Amino acid sequence: MSILVNSNTRLLVQGITGKEGSFHTRQMLDYGTKIIAGVTPGKGGQKIEGIPVYNTVQEAVLNMGINTSIIFVPARFAIKAIYEATDAGIKLIVCITEGIPVLDMVKAYYYLKMKGSVLIGPNCAGVISPGKAKVGIMPGYIHKEGNVGIISRSGTLTYEVVYNLTKKGFGQSTCVSIGGDPIIGSSFVNILELFEGDSQTKAIVLIGEIGGADEEEAAKFIHLKMKKPVITLIVGKTAPPEKRMGHAGAIISGRTGTAQEKIKIFQNFSIPVAENPIQVVDLVSKVLDEKE
Amino acid sequence: MKIYEFQAYQIFIKNGIPSPWGKVAKTKEEVRKIAAKLGKPVVVKAQVQVGGRGKSGGIKIASTPEEAYEVAKSILNSKLKGTLVKKVFVQEFVSIKEEYYLGVTIDRSQKRVVIMISPFGGVDIEELVKTNPEKIYKFYVHPLLGFKSYQANKLASVITKEKNIVQGIARILSIIYRIFEEMDCSLIEINPLVVTKEGSLFALDAKIIFDDNALSRHPEISRLRDVEAEDYLEVRAKEAGISYVKIQGNIGCIVNGAGLAMATMDLIKHYRGKPANFLDVGGGANSQRVSTALDINFSDKQVKAVLVNIFGGITRCDIVAEGLFQALSKIEKKLPLVVRLSGTNEEEGRNKLKEITGILLADTMDEAARKVTEVVKN
Repeated sequence: MSILVNSNTRLLVQGITGKEGSFHTRQMLDYGTKIIAGVTPGKGGQKIEGIPVYNTVQEAVLNMGINTSIIFVPARFAIKAIYEATDAGIKLIVCITEGIPVLDMVKAYYYLKMKGSVLIGPNCAGVISPGKAKVGIMPGYIHKEGNVGIISRSGTLTYEVVYNLTKKGFGQSTCVSIGGDPIIGSSFVNILELFEGDSQTKAIVLIGEIGGADEEEAAKFIHLKMKKPVITLIVGKTAPPEKRMGHAGAIISGRTGTAQEKIKIFQNFSIPVAENPIQVVDLVSKVLDEKE
Repeated sequence: MKIYEFQAYQIFIKNGIPSPWGKVAKTKEEVRKIAAKLGKPVVVKAQVQVGGRGKSGGIKIASTPEEAYEVAKSILNSKLKGTLVKKVFVQEFVSIKEEYYLGVTIDRSQKRVVIMISPFGGVDIEELVKTNPEKIYKFYVHPLLGFKSYQANKLASVITKEKNIVQGIARILSIIYRIFEEMDCSLIEINPLVVTKEGSLFALDAKIIFDDNALSRHPEISRLRDVEAEDYLEVRAKEAGISYVKIQGNIGCIVNGAGLAMATMDLIKHYRGKPANFLDVGGGANSQRVSTALDINFSDKQVKAVLVNIFGGITRCDIVAEGLFQALSKIEKKLPLVVRLSGTNEEEGRNKLKEITGILLADTMDEAARKVTEVVKN
């Protein structure tokens, strides 16, 4: 199985003619991802890496049968690209673009929910189901097919954890980078739920960091709803106190969002917390052994 | 992006939020003149971009121009929570009967703009959050509907029964919400919003933070930035596309990716070292950026050794090595450098670094963190 992306993924690349878009199109093709079409307004009719380019998402969807889109469009236009993909009926949208204004995301989030599309990101590294499909910018070769699911707000830290797991022989079912922005399409809880229902996934690694309250919600969800073991890693213990946002941040959540606070929440629910990326491997090994 | 109170005050005044008359000053003489011209008691407020300045002695009342001069003398050029005070805001003093709190921000978990109001404003608002969170009322704005005047009225009437005050607060709530949307803010706060003994409403403080992601569509806001208020190394980093925050410590860091950077700092601390900064060279870092990052670390006098931790994905290890090579060939005084390169083209990168003397190579980030803390200890 695996979640979100697999060998049935038929991918559209929005912003395919740009520097990032064309580079990663090549990389994803090399990994074996089925890229069906690309879109760049005004550049329809060309081919990039042998992939046909269309002017609009609608055209590409009608002609080619697409179920997933990845967005490399520059920040100024990225929000429109998200709306266009949603309106064309694409059910899974992965937005790599960094720097989308937060208030734009507040509206887009609502619209996506209304239309029933799932957004991963923005400002994320994407999704990979090793051996099946790579819809993102992560280096494919560090991954290995297996039964550990990974959810992370970060990019390179995820690679670090994956790399260590692979070296020790622990493959991954799917790795999801959900993004580091204040408003993101899919939360830890959304992805945990998918992993819980996935037959390939036997254990999950959740990588969190300072800021926001997503980790707290994840901890409650794991405690109440999950049977599969979850290992966590929370970074930012030494980070400078989050640039203070007046009083409002503390008022909303009643919390400060520090790493220590988050670690404590997981520990209170007896969810194992790794001290560092290397220790994640030991903890994964332990929970998988216990299962057998 | 943060701005000063007097800048936020100007935005408030322009948009019709009632605030006592005020003017910004750089010298104590100017402060005396402003107070004399006004002919009334004033409040002299330090202009710094850190919170809690009232409790730290950054806000003082003066009843005469002479007193204002003396007060300004004690505040100007003093350090408030580590920040040098270069400007003060001189504002007409008003007598306070009631203090309220108003705020607008984005609630990350609800994914909505939230408007907050409390009848118990003032310096102890955060204490109130812990003891009586129910005394702070929140309203979540529907993303497509926006914030309507009837909603503003309803929200305002929760904290007071006086009709004209309700109307006044509702009007202010509507205005700050409009500013929040139009100027792409991440926070607007009025703490306190006061009712004077004469029964007038006044915003006695003004705090606005803008969404950095939206600055490109608001050139007029970008111009409000005070580069001098920021650490010059931080400004330099920003110009080069590097995220950099200096903290107290002696081990400099150069890492690609924010999460990995934080993990690296945590690991340094785990080995009883003290990271000197958070430094993320970003995705797809080129040799120029790496070179600048090294330069920033070497310019920080507190830094005794530098740890480079790169996980090459899109970033290529050979390019990072090239950047280090170039930067080191230009710098005379060198600090110990521990480098860990993994991922794309790691072999080429490591080979390049072997040509440079004095670089300690590490295979894993754990080994790198251990080595750098040992280097500093000795």
